[in-house]
Amino acid sequence: MNEKFSLSVNGSTHSVTADPDTPLLYVLRDDLGLNNPHFGCGLAQCGACTVHLDGQPIRSCVTPVSAVGNGKITTLAGLGTPDKPHPLQTAYIEEQVPQCGYCINGWLMTAAAFLRDNKKPSDKQIKDGLSGLKCRCGTHAAILRAVKRAAAMMG
Amino acid sequence: MTTIAKHNRPSRRALLKSGGALVVSIGAPMPLELARAAEEARLVGAQPPLTPDQLSSYIAVNADGTISVFSGKTDLGQGLEVALAQMVAEELDVPFKVVKVVIGDTASSVNQGGASSASGIQEGGKQLRAAAAEARRVLVELGGEKLGVPAEQLSVDGGVVHSNTEMAKSVSYAELVGGRYFNVTLAWNGKIGNPLYAPGKAKPKDPKEFKIVGQPIKREDIAPKVFAQQDFCTDIKVPDMVHGRMIRPAIAGAVPVNVDESSIKEIPGARVVWNQGFLGVVAEKEWDAIKAARQLKVTWSNATPPFPDQASLYDHIRKAPARKSENEGRPVGDVDAAFKNAARVIEAEYEWPFQSHASMGPACAIVDIKADQVTVWTGSQKPHFTRDGVAKILGVPTDKVRGIWILGPGSYGRNDAGDVAMDAALLAKAVGRPVRLQYMRDQATGWDPKAPASIHRARAAIDASGKVIAYEFVSKAFPRVDVNSNEGKPHDTLAGQLTGVPLKSGDGFGVPEESYGFANKRSSWATIAPLLDRGSPLRTSHLRDPVGPQIHFASESFMDEVAAALKLDPVEFRLQYVTDPRDIAVIKAAAEKAGWQPAPSPRKNQSGNTVSGRGFAYVERHGTRLAIVADVEVDRSSGKVWTRKFTLAHDCGQIINPDGLLRVIEAGVVQGTSRTLWEEVKFNNKNVTSVDWLSYPILDITEAPESIDVVLIDRPEIAPSGAGEPAIRPVAAAIANAVFDATGVRIRRVPFSPDNVKSALS
Repeated sequence: MNEKFSLSVNGSTHSVTADPDTPLLYVLRDDLGLNNPHFGCGLAQCGACTVHLDGQPIRSCVTPVSAVGNGKITTLAGLGTPDKPHPLQTAYIEEQVPQCGYCINGWLMTAAAFLRDNKKPSDKQIKDGLSGLKCRCGTHAAILRAVKRAAAMMG
Repeated sequence: MTTIAKHNRPSRRALLKSGGALVVSIGAPMPLELARAAEEARLVGAQPPLTPDQLSSYIAVNADGTISVFSGKTDLGQGLEVALAQMVAEELDVPFKVVKVVIGDTASSVNQGGASSASGIQEGGKQLRAAAAEARRVLVELGGEKLGVPAEQLSVDGGVVHSNTEMAKSVSYAELVGGRYFNVTLAWNGKIGNPLYAPGKAKPKDPKEFKIVGQPIKREDIAPKVFAQQDFCTDIKVPDMVHGRMIRPAIAGAVPVNVDESSIKEIPGARVVWNQGFLGVVAEKEWDAIKAARQLKVTWSNATPPFPDQASLYDHIRKAPARKSENEGRPVGDVDAAFKNAARVIEAEYEWPFQSHASMGPACAIVDIKADQVTVWTGSQKPHFTRDGVAKILGVPTDKVRGIWILGPGSYGRNDAGDVAMDAALLAKAVGRPVRLQYMRDQATGWDPKAPASIHRARAAIDASGKVIAYEFVSKAFPRVDVNSNEGKPHDTLAGQLTGVPLKSGDGFGVPEESYGFANKRSSWATIAPLLDRGSPLRTSHLRDPVGPQIHFASESFMDEVAAALKLDPVEFRLQYVTDPRDIAVIKAAAEKAGWQPAPSPRKNQSGNTVSGRGFAYVERHGTRLAIVADVEVDRSSGKVWTRKFTLAHDCGQIINPDGLLRVIEAGVVQGTSRTLWEEVKFNNKNVTSVDWLSYPILDITEAPESIDVVLIDRPEIAPSGAGEPAIRPVAAAIANAVFDATGVRIRRVPFSPDNVKSALS
């Protein structure tokens, strides 16, 4: 049975009616019209659907809309804008990281939380912090350069 | 629901109009006739046909002075649009920033083959360069007529034609033809797809004059991606659209014999579409379509499990009758006689598994069937062939179908995008609504066309002095085109194969590309029949650098084996026999950059659990050549191989954009590393069992190389060749050779996963 949910997404409140089991991913994409995050696997194995829930990266493809509660959701669109970019977004452009870019939500949203919580991380810490995310185009070397660049910008 | 307005790319006509001018054509070659034809065209509003022999099919000068370029290639995130714009801006003598490249829309471009065979610049750029040069020639002639100055006394600067002696005598491209079509016929070679070429009378610039080509101009598609402003194919929504999902059998080859529609009756709007082996569902909401696909009760035919056990795959290939055999390339000398006279023969056999595109997301397509027009939004690399396929499977004329390419969730060849468009078309036809269909993960990895599994036998004849006097290389494999890489025919798609279209499995493989000057030399291949002749999850087609990694894993591993057997340094051995000067140059450049210390492999005096090694490989690919050094560390107890560092030298002729090129090479090396260390499609006798990222692992960021040093060799005088595929080609052999150098153990089967390496070392 469908239920009503009130969702806080990127600072705005939205009311949606959905099956409580519906993964948050489909509510964001189809009901709220946010064309990010992406469906990659539906299994929490790749990261393409990553959003922040109260600042923590979650995989929206396996998070039922009913589990969100009053949590604040932030998507990549809410991370920064061309006028006020997050350092990672600036670094990604500087380093010309993505090829297809379908994986980008996972890397940027995970790295944003990681860099917030880990100042001046070592290369190994960065790699471990991002482990498990998938990039099929093979831009790993550029990703690492960008995250290091952003880490330097964030002091 | 949002509408398609912002995705619906402007037509050529709309682009031309955007500057405010009337859309009319300009005419034939002679200046006076040109002017007259323009007037006539203005009266009738003529638009030249969108055919490969028309200059207007490639380039237009808009009324505001911007240049629109229409390309039948697609860019999968490697910056092709930037490179094409550089080539066009260079020839036209206009600033880079005024050139806008519109790619992959069948309504505005001719079929240039889409993304294919790393030919975006090699073929696609070559055509646009020729077209732009011709456009400049025509514009200068028109300018001369207008200014009353002979063409040879004119120059072009920033899109303004001016007299060499009186700068004030000038007229801009926009003033001459802005907002109007060129009406100039080109010398088309009659081909479509990759080989399409239609030059004009003009000769492109001498590379010595280049100002824009060769510059490291950055991509403009990065920012929209990082700010979540980029729409992917998966993001297209059209009014009245429903969501579709497909249902595939648990045993490959089984077809539905009973479908219980009542099993999904409580799901709002859920409907079943069933035609022979084709089974899908649609629903108003995406999650409902997914639930319906999972919940639908289907009774499947009692199919015989079609596959051998995975453990016997290579034996199957060895024993299977050859469907087609071919000696490719020119055999040199008398190979058989040389082997009879050999003092020593070195032989080895190598094995490569099926591999999946495993694109980042499952493929998606949206098909909207209207009475007078079918539109398909596709992430396929080849939207013109997608259009052709959709037209055929729907039984409508090709000119009633528009294929619009939108960046999909990753694409490296003929992946599941080639199938999903046809599936969506059949669903849309059946339900009478526009359908957005995306596959699920298990279908993306499990049911995409696979890179062919193969075995490769190499042998070398050595004379008493230790000289290689003969070399033979033989591949036996599933074909590279069991389904063609162009999905323009229903028999090449799952939808066609599952709805009774007669099948046509193609043959084709390949041979090593190198320039070893052995006195006697022969390369050949044989292909075998597919394991299942209809709707197979192990049907084979093109995956990035089709059959290149397989063949050169074997051939370059073997060269290393020969060098080791002769106790020669691997680089020195190659330099002894390689004949092509550009090949020699990349080999020397890579070795020098890596600080190569000559010594025969394997390395001696290593102790401890972690041992290190260095391997070399070199390849050619359709004009490009590269040499690569892999530095690896092998953890003996876990079997884990870490490719710590790569150093390579790359020569693809003239470099259009070194910045873009570096990144393409770097990512190619990483993808090649993933395919070497991890990738193998698993299956049992019923079906493919690699269905997600756990059962089809790829390289993790923790395993990424710490550096990839690239030496770019620029040869401005040599026409550019491809870069999207070559860098993957030598990676497996370089890693294998490095593992041998480190451990003294030769591994001849990919992948080099920890389990496989551990077992090889024990």
